[in-house]
Amino acid sequence: MQQPGRAAEIKAIGIGKSFGSFRALDNLTLDIGRGEFLTLLGPSGSGKTTFLMILAGFVQPTEGRLFSDGTDITDRPAEQRAAGMVFQGYALFPHMSVEANIAFPLKVRKKSAAEIKKRVGEMIERVGLVGHEKKLPSQLSGGQQQRVALARALVFEPGVLLLDEPFSALDKSLRGQMQAEMKRLHQETGTTFVFVTHDQSEALALSSRVAIFNHGKLLQVGAPDEVYDRPDNRFVAEFLGEINMLPLKGVRPADNGSTGLCEDRAVSMHCKAEKVRGDAILAIRPEHMSIAREAAAGENGIAATAIASTYLGAATKLDLTTRQGAKVTVSVPNEVAAAALSKGNSVWLTWPAEKGFLLPDGGQ
Amino acid sequence: MRGILSDRMGAALLMAPLLLFLGLAYAWPFLGVVKWSFTLPTPGLGQYGALLTDDLVQSVFIRTLRIAAIVTVVSVAAAYAITVVWVRGSPAQRLIAEFCILVPFWISVLTRAFGWVALLSNRGLINTWLQSIGFISEPLALVRNEFGVIVGMTHFLIPFAVFPLASAMRSLDDRVLLAARGLGSSRMRTFWTVFVPMTRSGIIGSAMIVFVFSLGFFVTPAILGGGRSVMIAELIYLRIFQSPDWGLGAAISVVLVLFVGALMALLFRYVRPKQLI
Repeated sequence: MQQPGRAAEIKAIGIGKSFGSFRALDNLTLDIGRGEFLTLLGPSGSGKTTFLMILAGFVQPTEGRLFSDGTDITDRPAEQRAAGMVFQGYALFPHMSVEANIAFPLKVRKKSAAEIKKRVGEMIERVGLVGHEKKLPSQLSGGQQQRVALARALVFEPGVLLLDEPFSALDKSLRGQMQAEMKRLHQETGTTFVFVTHDQSEALALSSRVAIFNHGKLLQVGAPDEVYDRPDNRFVAEFLGEINMLPLKGVRPADNGSTGLCEDRAVSMHCKAEKVRGDAILAIRPEHMSIAREAAAGENGIAATAIASTYLGAATKLDLTTRQGAKVTVSVPNEVAAAALSKGNSVWLTWPAEKGFLLPDGGQ
Repeated sequence: MRGILSDRMGAALLMAPLLLFLGLAYAWPFLGVVKWSFTLPTPGLGQYGALLTDDLVQSVFIRTLRIAAIVTVVSVAAAYAITVVWVRGSPAQRLIAEFCILVPFWISVLTRAFGWVALLSNRGLINTWLQSIGFISEPLALVRNEFGVIVGMTHFLIPFAVFPLASAMRSLDDRVLLAARGLGSSRMRTFWTVFVPMTRSGIIGSAMIVFVFSLGFFVTPAILGGGRSVMIAELIYLRIFQSPDWGLGAAISVVLVLFVGALMALLFRYVRPKQLI
């Protein structure tokens, strides 16, 4: 956050924030790497926005320290941290033209008129706003306002760019376009991006790492495929996408991972049974399960009855019930779903051992 | 409620009593005044011609505009400060500001004018105190002149200047101020380059209200001006009641009303009425 043009490395140690008796953020420790694209993901009230505001300097943490490139910046006011920030709703200056909005951070830094003109011009070109320089924000579309906000936050080459749900006001197609644009800006500038969203597909698509929050706690942080395929707990597993949960008994370590009993049938997992023993939950994503006539000996499988289907175009979502009453959803090719339903009787659900993972029984 | 008010007929009916009252008590008599201005003492445009040549009338007009302008600047500036506290201060600060804004409404304009006389006159509180501490030897001329008039009018008008400003400040998006801070702007700079420009409509509305009110002031200048700082309303009063020259008094009134009407038209071109409340 100090040297312009250089991506910042941020270290948060034991950050906590209370608003009266409400615990907004609890004991958060997180390293944000130089030039990484980190997404803070969670439902509203999970603490993700509070953490972003603490990074920006708008909210003072109740405890903990914050470091940028090794310097303690916990007590430094927002205007001296100068992280670029894109707000929900953009927060453009309504009385200033596009040009003046983007020039604002440079004027504050007392750059020469010539330099301001040059850099604003480059930035306007970079975000595709040529021809709109003299317009007021109210004369722009949502997507264009978004670009002004990005340009204004990046023009002074901040070490970190903070984005607070920047796409929530855009319609779906524009959203995709802006996401691509943001990814491009991240690559071009090399700046550290910290992005807040409650949209898990957005988080998985954009980030180099995702940090998942709930009830003021950081639950897990990792690369998108890591948190999606190997969630640490039930909340992360469910928040990142649809998931099937089957009760598992007698879980114990095995040669190649772990084994257990799923509805009286032995199943095996590649993951280790370090955290869980005895009763646990076996979690499998719908797209990782298949329908079969029967499961071969040694293959992971469970008997179930198809009850309903939802046609999704590319695939069909099939709802099934196992013998012991667990509800399972799978995503299968359309003709497989039709066949399973028309038979009306028992089918087998199978899955590869590396795609099932263990979660503590009933725990969060 | 919304359904009733959005109905044009309903809105017209609700406003009818007020419009009827204003028509009977204000517009109709004013038409009489307009008639006088063209007919007394002799029919014709003579009274308006006299307005252009009468030195006294012109000097009073100019004084009125000058006093109104000064009062407007001072009132709006003072009101801006108190409104910032009222709208954006801590709960305790808000309460104090609200008290300061509302209390003046409970005291009549006459009482307040005499209150200022008691404070500002040669043997008033301020002069005796300054003399007792030896700061001055001769009393300062604080009243029965333009200064006294400006003080009294400003005091009266500050609360009226507060409401358009408060409306503008309340509708301001806090995130824009945060954005300015986050982009490196100090509190001071944010105030002057973002907060103040964003409340421009409130400043215009506030200034217009104060200015228009100032033009028609009667009691305050009559008491605090002591006959030496006559403003336009007092001049009209003198023409009607003391040197019976009803035609000239009427002509001045018509010019004043037209001037104020033009100002109001200008105001509503720049500011939507709902921003004034």
